[in-house]
Amino acid sequence: MIKLAQRQSVPWWRTEAADAVRRNSGLIGVLLILALVGVVTRPEQFPTWSNVSTVLTLASAIGVITIGMTFVMIGGGIDLSVGGLVALAGVWCTTLETQSYGPAGMIFCALTVGLGAGLINGILIAYGRLVPFIATLAMLVAARGLAAQISDRRTQIVEVDAINDIAATDVFGIPLLVLILVAVAVLAWILLNRTTFGRRTVAVGGNPEAARLAGINVRFHTVLLYALSGLCCGIAAVMVVAQANAGSSGQGNLYELDAIAAAIIGGTALSGGRGTIVGSLLGVLVFTVITNLFILNNLPTEVQNIIKGAIIVGAVLIQQIRWRDVRLAARRRPGEPPIAEPSPSQPTGDRHDSPHSVTPQISR
Amino acid sequence: MTLHIPSRRRFLGSVALGGAALGLVACTSNETGGDGSENTQVSVGGDNASPGAPVTIGFSAPAADHGWIAAITRNAQAQAELYEEVTFLPVEAGEDVTAQRAALEALIQQEPDVIVVLPHDGAQLTATAQQAMEAGIPVVNLDRIFSSPLAYRLWIGGDNYGMGVAAGHYIGTRLREAGIEDPVIAEITGISNLPLTQERSQGFADALSTYGFRVTNQVSAEFTVDSGQEATANLLQAAPHIDAIWNHDDDQGIGVLAAIEQAGRDEFFMVGGAGSRDMMEHIQAQDSVIEATVTYSPSMASSAISLARLIAQNRGMSDLVELGVPKSITLASETITRDNVEDYLPLGFAS
Repeated sequence: MIKLAQRQSVPWWRTEAADAVRRNSGLIGVLLILALVGVVTRPEQFPTWSNVSTVLTLASAIGVITIGMTFVMIGGGIDLSVGGLVALAGVWCTTLETQSYGPAGMIFCALTVGLGAGLINGILIAYGRLVPFIATLAMLVAARGLAAQISDRRTQIVEVDAINDIAATDVFGIPLLVLILVAVAVLAWILLNRTTFGRRTVAVGGNPEAARLAGINVRFHTVLLYALSGLCCGIAAVMVVAQANAGSSGQGNLYELDAIAAAIIGGTALSGGRGTIVGSLLGVLVFTVITNLFILNNLPTEVQNIIKGAIIVGAVLIQQIRWRDVRLAARRRPGEPPIAEPSPSQPTGDRHDSPHSVTPQISR
Repeated sequence: MTLHIPSRRRFLGSVALGGAALGLVACTSNETGGDGSENTQVSVGGDNASPGAPVTIGFSAPAADHGWIAAITRNAQAQAELYEEVTFLPVEAGEDVTAQRAALEALIQQEPDVIVVLPHDGAQLTATAQQAMEAGIPVVNLDRIFSSPLAYRLWIGGDNYGMGVAAGHYIGTRLREAGIEDPVIAEITGISNLPLTQERSQGFADALSTYGFRVTNQVSAEFTVDSGQEATANLLQAAPHIDAIWNHDDDQGIGVLAAIEQAGRDEFFMVGGAGSRDMMEHIQAQDSVIEATVTYSPSMASSAISLARLIAQNRGMSDLVELGVPKSITLASETITRDNVEDYLPLGFAS
């Protein structure tokens, strides 16, 4: 049931694209600065297409995971299990038994395992009344344990060329992995911004009680969100396995931190109700570009981690300032109803993508 | 000779050969001997493999997160099964230092005759190992060394510095033979803040400097395939032309090779580290950039079990004259190339 939101003709500076740029200006600024540093320090290597496509490829798997994480976080939850799910799906789809079913069997296996584990997360949280933090932390540990059990802690080398080729194939010069990320991102953007599912996600995260009173099945929706995140982990597992030519229980180590950090610096609220796909992807890119810059300049990992920490704090500070500006700007617009200050129980509840959709369009 | 003891047959064979060699040497002697007045200390070796008193060997190693650690546990188990009189008592050391400390304390309570332990972190588990020693249980310290010699009866482990040296010499010699001036030499390390990584890098740099070369690009991975792939993909962008790469760890090497293939690069040669079966097969088949790997073999766990058994039985190593097992054994890092890869393949561990 896809319901397109009403669109009215608006001047360019009030289009969604312009808003996206405004909202993410902090992150875009950080990326531009990083790019400038790259061009100045390594003019021969940084601005080449080969390097850019490497950066985008390395961002692809974690990008898909971050998209799933963004949905969960907008819905007011958190998924700490993503790294474990990538390992579990990666190991499950690379056992000798699964490999004997060929590439389609392997992909089906990874997606099913990811989706299934996500469903378990969701059911535990929605119907078992577990705190998301605890349920997904338990899933993280258990999934990694099961992955180690299945693989007997060995690295399972992939002999199916079609899978390994996923990471080695370019389509019109663009790596296939990047195209997969783009496809997932476009679908996710439509899902979040143009469908009832997206509006319900924002409503559930912004104020679950109000969402329930408005007739949304909050529990069922929560299950769907975690299942979606699990499915993203399954997709990412295939991408990680294709890149490494192997599956192992150590894969996806600390991906939960990378994904949460990327979503947060991309403007997703930990308290739920707010977040964008574009912001999250920019957040992922910031981290990937930093790693690339450091290796291009032959700098040690320790410094890299310090800078990453500083950038998380810095970007979040800038984002907060930008969000306040966007709110103020929206309030000043003539012909639109004033927006109430967020109450403590509903921190930033009422917008996720566009100042034009003042309140979530709850199913009708 | 190496101290790897991969199987009973080979072990017996080497003992027999060693004994025979010493016997032959003795045959050339013209000394009358026998009166003991000259008091020389010699031995033709006994048979360490002959069964002794029943022994219970406690064992603790970290939960495996990569193939090398997994091979350590499997080797220890397999070696213990070779001895009829040995009861193998493994405890799962879990994911971190705290879990392993608890596991070791539980193990001490069960009073095995000897404990073999590969600690998560030597320094942080020294006190626990010392407790065992003080309770009269000898500790065989495998690879990651405790910070006090009071905490172990025997340390046996690999030579991280020596690995770097071996890799450095292989690369230095190859590049000098090729006559390359000012070569681009890249290094892909494991987890960068571990002492073992720093020792490997130091050995590598020291050996290269004897050829007048230096490491031009260094990146670090985390011993896992995906981290190896990521670090290498970036490294290949940083250096458009490379002459040689040393990758510290063959487990992450699978990802390293994947990244090299994805980038379509083959202008350089690569040396691995540790000696996994997968890398040895690539070296044998000559189907990729990897030409050699320097060993850091998990067969050390098998040797540790054998030596733990001797310690518990109060026996020495039969090829040595001393009545007891030595205090410290550092395994040499050997260089595996396609010339000798066949000899090493049986020792290769599954990643």
